[in-house]
Amino acid sequence: MSAPQMLNVQINGEWKQFPKGTRVIEACAQAGSYIPRYCYHPKLTSPGNCRMCLIEMGMPKMGPDRKPELGPDGRPVINWIPRPQISCAQDVAEGMGIRTDSPMAQECRRGVMEFLLINHPLDCPICDQAGECKLQEFSVEYGNGGSRFLEHKVKKPKKVAVGPRVTLDAERCVLCSRCIRFMKEVPQDDVLGFVDRGSYSTIAAHPNRQLDSNYSLNTVDICPVGALTSTDFRFKMRVWFLKETKSFCTSCATGCNTVIGSRQEVVYRQTPRENNEVNSVWMCDYGRLNFHYLHSERRLSRPAVKGEAAAWPAAIAKAAAELRSVPANEVAIIASGSMTNEELWLTKKLASVLNITLHDIVPHIEKGDDLLLSADRNPNTAGAKLLGVSSSKLAEIAQGVESGRIRVLLVLGEDAAGISLAKLKSLVTVGLLPSAATEKASVFLPSAGFAEKRGSMINVKGRLQRLNQAIQPPGEARDDWEILRDLIQAVSGANGVYAIEEVFRQMAEATPALAGLSLSKIGDLGVQLKLE
Amino acid sequence: MPTPFKKTPHPKERRLVFQNVDREGWSEDIGCYMENGGYEELRKALTMERTAIVNEVKASGLRGRGGAGFPCGVKWGFIKLDEPKPVYLICNADESEPGTFKDRYILHQDPHQLLEGMIISSFALGVHLAYIYIRGEFPTGAKILETAIAEARAKNFLGKNILGSGFDLEIYVHRGAGAYICGEETGLIESLEGKRAYPRIKPPYFPAVLGLYQCPTIVNNVETLCNIKHIVRMGGAEYAKIGKPNNTGTRVLCVSGDVREPGYFELEVGAVTMGELIYDLCGGMKPGRKLKAVIPGGSSAKVLRAGEKYKIKTKQPDGSTGEKEIGIEDIVMDFDSLAAVGSMAGSGGVIVMDDSRDMLWTLNNINEFYAHESCGQCTPCREGSLWMKKITERMLLGGGVERDPAVLKNVADNIAGRTICAFGEACAWPTQSFVAKFKEEFDSRAGKPVPPPMPPEYLPEELIGKEEAHA
Repeated sequence: MSAPQMLNVQINGEWKQFPKGTRVIEACAQAGSYIPRYCYHPKLTSPGNCRMCLIEMGMPKMGPDRKPELGPDGRPVINWIPRPQISCAQDVAEGMGIRTDSPMAQECRRGVMEFLLINHPLDCPICDQAGECKLQEFSVEYGNGGSRFLEHKVKKPKKVAVGPRVTLDAERCVLCSRCIRFMKEVPQDDVLGFVDRGSYSTIAAHPNRQLDSNYSLNTVDICPVGALTSTDFRFKMRVWFLKETKSFCTSCATGCNTVIGSRQEVVYRQTPRENNEVNSVWMCDYGRLNFHYLHSERRLSRPAVKGEAAAWPAAIAKAAAELRSVPANEVAIIASGSMTNEELWLTKKLASVLNITLHDIVPHIEKGDDLLLSADRNPNTAGAKLLGVSSSKLAEIAQGVESGRIRVLLVLGEDAAGISLAKLKSLVTVGLLPSAATEKASVFLPSAGFAEKRGSMINVKGRLQRLNQAIQPPGEARDDWEILRDLIQAVSGANGVYAIEEVFRQMAEATPALAGLSLSKIGDLGVQLKLE
Repeated sequence: MPTPFKKTPHPKERRLVFQNVDREGWSEDIGCYMENGGYEELRKALTMERTAIVNEVKASGLRGRGGAGFPCGVKWGFIKLDEPKPVYLICNADESEPGTFKDRYILHQDPHQLLEGMIISSFALGVHLAYIYIRGEFPTGAKILETAIAEARAKNFLGKNILGSGFDLEIYVHRGAGAYICGEETGLIESLEGKRAYPRIKPPYFPAVLGLYQCPTIVNNVETLCNIKHIVRMGGAEYAKIGKPNNTGTRVLCVSGDVREPGYFELEVGAVTMGELIYDLCGGMKPGRKLKAVIPGGSSAKVLRAGEKYKIKTKQPDGSTGEKEIGIEDIVMDFDSLAAVGSMAGSGGVIVMDDSRDMLWTLNNINEFYAHESCGQCTPCREGSLWMKKITERMLLGGGVERDPAVLKNVADNIAGRTICAFGEACAWPTQSFVAKFKEEFDSRAGKPVPPPMPPEYLPEELIGKEEAHA
């Protein structure tokens, strides 16, 4: 592929170069002159309807020989177009001139800001968007201090359940059409549209339809104002109080990159984070909302031996004793595809220390879609495969447990997978929530959820990604890798490791695909691995 | 031999596209049309080279009759002769500019003239599928067109292998649902595609390049397409002799308002001045009334005030340009002269107002129309048109405050030139011009130093009713 053609463009008096095909609005942002916008979204088509990005534009003045006239600086003389132009729908051209801050451009922005605000309810104090609202931000930067509007505002529907997860306040809407275009262009479910005309125009779902797509909450993300809000998140927390932790979604094998919004050890929301190798800027509603279990009232946060609360040292010792209480060929491990690589690595290590050969993960295959949701609901199937924890022995384990041949079972982060546990001598489980397995457990060890720990996983496309810790595990619950480390220590007496970085280092040394990597080298956007 | 007109045309008129309108014994059926020489120009055109027809249209200097006055031949020139994509022709019969009523006469009384013009145009442009987009308020016109199309198809003026020429064409009538914005050509195209008539951004969606179904498309007004027939008949050069250079042909002016005899007048472009139109052709003002203002090209054109003086450039006999001061009565009714005095010929709808008219009321009436018709796609027009209407309405009700005229003007300034389509100008120009030209009328209604208290939006009992309905 040849390098793209570079074009000379004058932005606010300075000549810069941009590759052919760069949008004017993007070129200006790259040049440090950010142009405010509402309707423009880099991942959607440009309707040019908000008129916020109006700028002054010009093209080279042509001489009689149809060649650009050159000024004293040897650069083309620019013929400025007398009317303002939108910058969101045009690509840069050779010799183009752009003024983002000329009196005309400033006046245009001031005018549009005023128009957008005259019928806006100005209810920022009770609006969820406050703090991340483009109307607020651009109003401060480009708007007027006072209002000249003396009339009644247009009344529109408020608190409309436009879908099961999205609430619409039509009065706050600036009619940028991002949500309409998103639904049409990304999930291709053309369910939203405008009704009524002029200033009375309102966003609405198609009659007899709802905004019920599994991608509906992306409309909330891209809504530049407080018109579309998440029914789950609204009125729960002011956004400026949220601590933002870069992570990824562990609800399927895609691993959409996310930002976890938390405060005081409570996760309030997950929003998608741009990663063009994984999820663009979108994520599905299922994954996005799949965090409330972290704060479930049923969450188990104390170690237990035979159903009685126990201290960690005693519980670990008891678990280790159970694992060694029978010959190794009578012990099996059911691990999980939602464990991190570090945890899987330690699981494998535990198995080899105890000479356990029966170990596998539980597959979770459900219906996927063509967009982001993978049919494989395990976020780290690839990691379990790479690190040798998954085998094809689950059926054999199940059969062994039910026939009584396997007498001790270690279940990590999974339910009993429908296996009858009646004939087991003892069962050790590690997990978050009560299940058929935890109820029968000889030893239960409470562990950490995806937002409560660090670690790495490999998605369905072989991309190594990193979880970052947003909150502390509740109660006495502990990070899974520490539990596994302690179990290894208890069964083998060997010295343990004391940092997850060290676990990764050991794992990377032993695993060619991870050679040379470390947790910090994974970075926010992950690393593509070369897997077999 | 054509039958006489029901009302004798004024001697200054020249009937071309209206030659069959309001004639004794005339009917809109194909037999009547053909007895009067109809479809002869189609036969002639089908023997011509396609480029030859386009060249005749270019030579004719015909300018679009819809409102913008864009040269028709230039528009047609954008279509490549060997265009691989389908090319579409759309007849814009969405005549909706207030004050304009010329196209409906053609549609109702002479539909075959339009069809003949469209068939010739389609042949020249390589179009095999053409549409007539007719406004929803013309149900009778739509029926007449459907009948006329069936008649033309029965005679093989439409359909396959038209008159043995090997040229195929179908014309479909599409009825709008009653929105002004559907007259905007890209809005019309969106509507024809089955979507809301939101005008498209230009660039990149120039209809001649990316029009209907993203294919090259020519959108022409009814009157423009009728003229094509006459251009083929007389030849482009001969047609160009009618009217004035750069303002060729005839134009149907629709005069409404406070004149004794309002109506339509087909005139060579530039044949009369405003004064002649009002005092001669229309019989003058109503008894005892004086001319106050004229909107010369449909309600969106800037208003002209009686007594105003305009400086216009004139060509001196020695070839140099001089300057001449003229009054409103001296304005020549052509594209360039009306542009020179700061307004436009627009759609040909001339609205005359006498001294009994309240200009604030008039502007509010116009503002109401545009606030109702703004499509709502882009911000300035959507919010500004209703705002202007609310201001003028409040002023009418006696609540005008001192800064209102200035705010009105500034709001209009913030709309014009900043919108996706020309509706921005259409709704801003009346306010800009009314407020500037009738300053004293607006100032006298904007006396309050502070805003009056707002009237309640709902009466208390209404609020209770709403609450109960909600519960």
